[in-house]
Amino acid sequence: MRAVVTVTGKDNKGIIAKVSSFLAEKGANVEEVSQTILNDRFAMVMLVDIGEVQEELSSIARQCEELGRNIGMSIRLQHEEIFNAMHNV
Amino acid sequence: MFNKTEVLETVDMIEREHLDIRTITMGISLLPCVRENAQKTARCVYDTVCAKARDIVKVAQQLAGEYGIPIVNKRVSVTPVSLICAAFPQEAEKIGLALDKAAKELGIDFLGGYSALVHKGTAEYEQIFLESIPAVLAQTERVCSSVNVASSKSGINMDAVAQMGHIVKRTAELTKASDGLGCAKLVVFANAVEDNPFMAGAFHGTGESGTVINVGVSGPGVVKHALENVPNANLNDCAETIKRTAFKITRAGQLIAKEAAKRLHAEFGIVDLSLAPTPVMGDSVAHILEELGLEVVGTHGTTAALAMLNDAVKKGGVMASSHVGGLSGAFIPVSEDIGMIRAAEKGALCMDKLEAMTAVCSVGLDMIAIPGDTPAETISAIIADEAAIGMINNKTTAVRVIPVPGKTVGDTVEFGGLLGHAPILPVHTASSAKFVQRGGRIPAPIHSNKN
Repeated sequence: MRAVVTVTGKDNKGIIAKVSSFLAEKGANVEEVSQTILNDRFAMVMLVDIGEVQEELSSIARQCEELGRNIGMSIRLQHEEIFNAMHNV
Repeated sequence: MFNKTEVLETVDMIEREHLDIRTITMGISLLPCVRENAQKTARCVYDTVCAKARDIVKVAQQLAGEYGIPIVNKRVSVTPVSLICAAFPQEAEKIGLALDKAAKELGIDFLGGYSALVHKGTAEYEQIFLESIPAVLAQTERVCSSVNVASSKSGINMDAVAQMGHIVKRTAELTKASDGLGCAKLVVFANAVEDNPFMAGAFHGTGESGTVINVGVSGPGVVKHALENVPNANLNDCAETIKRTAFKITRAGQLIAKEAAKRLHAEFGIVDLSLAPTPVMGDSVAHILEELGLEVVGTHGTTAALAMLNDAVKKGGVMASSHVGGLSGAFIPVSEDIGMIRAAEKGALCMDKLEAMTAVCSVGLDMIAIPGDTPAETISAIIADEAAIGMINNKTTAVRVIPVPGKTVGDTVEFGGLLGHAPILPVHTASSAKFVQRGGRIPAPIHSNKN
C-alpha cells in the first residue's frame, strides 16, 4: 500500500529533512521524491510505502497536516488510490 | 501511474477549488419495521436506522482522512414513510419524530424520506399523511420531506398539486419564527428518483435493496477553474473541458462510494454526478455560466449555457462510474449559490428565467424565497408548471419554494449555513386559482406510451 505526500508553500530550508524524518519515524518508506517551483510556490511530491505503518492512515495524515502548520507549509498525505482513480482510465 | 502535475492538480482542486464529496447517503428500507401500531413501528424505525447507520459518520471521517478529500455531509434516506404508516396515518407524526431522534443520535445532518408518492392518485391514508407534513417539519430539525405529484408515465395529479400548495403555506406558517425554514426541507417532485442522495428530496425507493450507499459528488469551483484556463476556447472545447473535469470529479466519488459501501456493509448504489453549489465564494454554478461569457446569470444565453454544462457533466461523469443515478446534473438552488444570489439581488434572475433553466438542467425551482402572501393556488400553479416540464421532457423536476411569512419583494431572508440567504423574488400576481381548483389529473403525454 502506498500513499502520496505533497508539500506545498514558500520554500524553506530543511523541508525534505523534516518531512522525511517524520515519515521514517512512522515506518513509512520513501520510494520517490520530486520537487518543483510552481509560480513561486515550492511543491514536493513523495511516493511512500506505508505497508509497515502501524497507525491508521487518517491519523498519520492528520499529523502531517499538523507538522505542516508547525513549519508553515501545507503537507498532505493521501492514499495513492485517489490519484489513480482521478487520473487513470 | 500518475505524474507530479496530476498530483498537484488534485491537491489544488481540494485545497483551492472546493472539490469535495458532497454527501454519503445511506438508503435504508423501513418496510421490515411495520408493526401493528404506530408506537411499535416508531420504535423499530429508530432502532433500525440507528443500527444500520451506526458507523456512517465514523467511516466518512476515516475515508476523508485517508484519501484527503473532504466529505461534507453524512445522511440517511428511508422508505417513503407514507407506506410504512398506511395502517395508522393519523399517527404518522410519531414516525417523523423517531426519525429525527435517530438522526440526532447518529450525528448526521439530514434524514430524508418523510415522503409520499402520489403521482397517479392520492389514497385516503396518503391524504392524511400529507396533512401531517407541516407539523412534522416544524417539530423536527433534521427530517426532510418530499412528495411526488407527477410522472411522465402517469401524468400530473392535480388534486395533490392543489393540496401541496396549502401544505407549503402551512409549513411556512408553522415555522415563521425561522422565516419559513420548514419549507427548505420540503420538495415537491415530478419523476422523483429512488436513489437520490441529495436533500431535501432523498428517499429510499421500494425497488432498492435493504441498505445502499449512494454518493453525491460536487465541484462547481473545479469546473470554473478548468474553464478559466481556456478563456478563448470555442464552445466545443469548453464542453470537452467540462467533460474531462467531470470525469475526474466522478472518479473520486466512485472510489469513495465503493469503499464506503464495503466498510458499512451495504450495497454500492449509485454516484450522483450533480454539481451542487454552496453559498461560499468559488463554489458556484452561476459563476461557471458567467465564466462561459455571460455578464450575469439570468441574461439571454443562460439557458443554452446551462444546457451545455448539464450535458457535458453527464457525459464526462457517466464513464467514470459503474452506476450513475440520482439527479445527476447541475443544481441551481438560488439561496445556496453566491452567483445566483447576486444575480437575484441585481434583478437579473427572475422566476420565469429560472423556470426555463429547469427545463435543461437537473431538478427545478430550488430554494427560492417568495412573498409570504403568495396564495396557495399560485404555489400550486408553480408546482404544476414545473411538473409539466418534467412530465413532457422525461426528467425530474422539483419545487422547493419558501413563502416567507411577513416578508415581501425588497426584503431578504437568511436561512443560515449551506442553505444560504436570498432576496424575495416576485411571482406573478394574476390568479391561477380557477385552474388549480379544477382538480383531476392532467393525462400523461402521448410519448409516454412506449410499450
